[in-house]
Amino acid sequence: MLFARLANPSRFLSFTARILPWLAVATAVLMVLGLYLSWTAPDDYQQGATVKIMFIHVPNAWLSMFVWMVMSVSALGTLVWKHPLADVAAKAAAPIGASFTFLALATGSLWGRPMWGTYWQWDARLTSVLILFLMYLSLIALWRAVEDPTRAARAAAVLTLVGAINIPIIKFSVEWWNTLHQGNSVFRMDGPTLDRAFLMPLFTMAIAFTLLFITLHLAAMRNEILRRRVRTLLLMQAGGRAP
Amino acid sequence: MSAFLALIQRDLRISWRLGGGGLLGVLFFLSVVVLMPFALGPDIPLLKRMGPAVLWLGAMLASLLTLDRLFTADLEDGSLDLLLMSPMPLEMSCLAKGLAHWFATGLPLIVATPVLGVLLNLEPETSLFVALTLLAGTPALTFTGMIGAALAVTMRRGGLLLPVLVLPLSIPVLIFGVAASNAAVTEQGLFGAPFSILCALTLAGFIIGPLAAAASLRQGLD
Repeated sequence: MLFARLANPSRFLSFTARILPWLAVATAVLMVLGLYLSWTAPDDYQQGATVKIMFIHVPNAWLSMFVWMVMSVSALGTLVWKHPLADVAAKAAAPIGASFTFLALATGSLWGRPMWGTYWQWDARLTSVLILFLMYLSLIALWRAVEDPTRAARAAAVLTLVGAINIPIIKFSVEWWNTLHQGNSVFRMDGPTLDRAFLMPLFTMAIAFTLLFITLHLAAMRNEILRRRVRTLLLMQAGGRAP
Repeated sequence: MSAFLALIQRDLRISWRLGGGGLLGVLFFLSVVVLMPFALGPDIPLLKRMGPAVLWLGAMLASLLTLDRLFTADLEDGSLDLLLMSPMPLEMSCLAKGLAHWFATGLPLIVATPVLGVLLNLEPETSLFVALTLLAGTPALTFTGMIGAALAVTMRRGGLLLPVLVLPLSIPVLIFGVAASNAAVTEQGLFGAPFSILCALTLAGFIIGPLAAAASLRQGLD
């Protein structure tokens, strides 16, 4: 079982040191390929070239949810299985997830400007992603509020799991609220069914972004482990004990 | 069961005799409602139209204000440790504390709603409908907030963090609460459906709130 083997931080560090370069190269290759495919993809007959924002926007939006799922599994790892690296994984994932969510919002808003004529629309999807972004930020705030990393991890794990239950409820309620407020929606996602010409670049970009997340996440986990070692050494030094 | 009732009784007695947290919440509720005309202008039709939303927002902020006290007082005098060690499951203690907290701080808000509705020029029966939705919805606010309170009590400066943690989680309650009350005011749109969902959120809160709060208390206080 790989997860059990990697519970030892030193083993994790040496394992990731070996695979990280490969992951980084694979990410770069797929990213270049995906960008090339997006570049050469045909323009949409309605939206023109702006449809290409989709190739950046959709992978970010999908990762914004995926990262919360990764954090929820890590939270279970912290609370139930007491895996030593679960809280490191959860902590490292939070800022990355927040960045993906922010990028999804920013690209969505840039896409909205030519399509809806405004940067911001209280559309159901945008609103629920915005709330997801708020929850990422509050989770990061919680991580920062507690000095002791293991206690911070448990508190954050509870909040992550509560969020995992609540996010579908929020999404459902925002959709309800939206249909109540707006009779006619400005923008309909089900408008053009995706053509094969769009599907390939989108698929490539989605894989590239997922690999990017895995690469960044493993690197951030390594940094977090090293940061904790430095913290322990400093504490030992402050306590007057030789490390 | 007797321990459960005794805990509710104790919390109610404390909140009645000390501090008056419930009345403080009502005072805050009143201040928020009074601030609204200053921000929006003394425009009666506008205030009337926004009345249910203002009342819901005020009640939500007021219930947030008192949440901080849910566990801190018990932590300070050590009774939280006793609750952790008692034979009654911590989940049940959290449920009891949440119910007592709602009786002490949530119920006064609902009683005050018809009076505050007069300030916003709401019809009496409209105010009663808003009060009814608050009656169905504020327990959900208390029990969602309880999770945040349990997380915040284990850390320094937790009180500052509490609103940030709790507000995004309470958005569904606000949406369905305002939807149900607006349906009652304008007589368009459904009342039954959002009201039922509001009740469902409260019932789900009774389960999820104590479970998550007990988990975070157990993890945070050992």
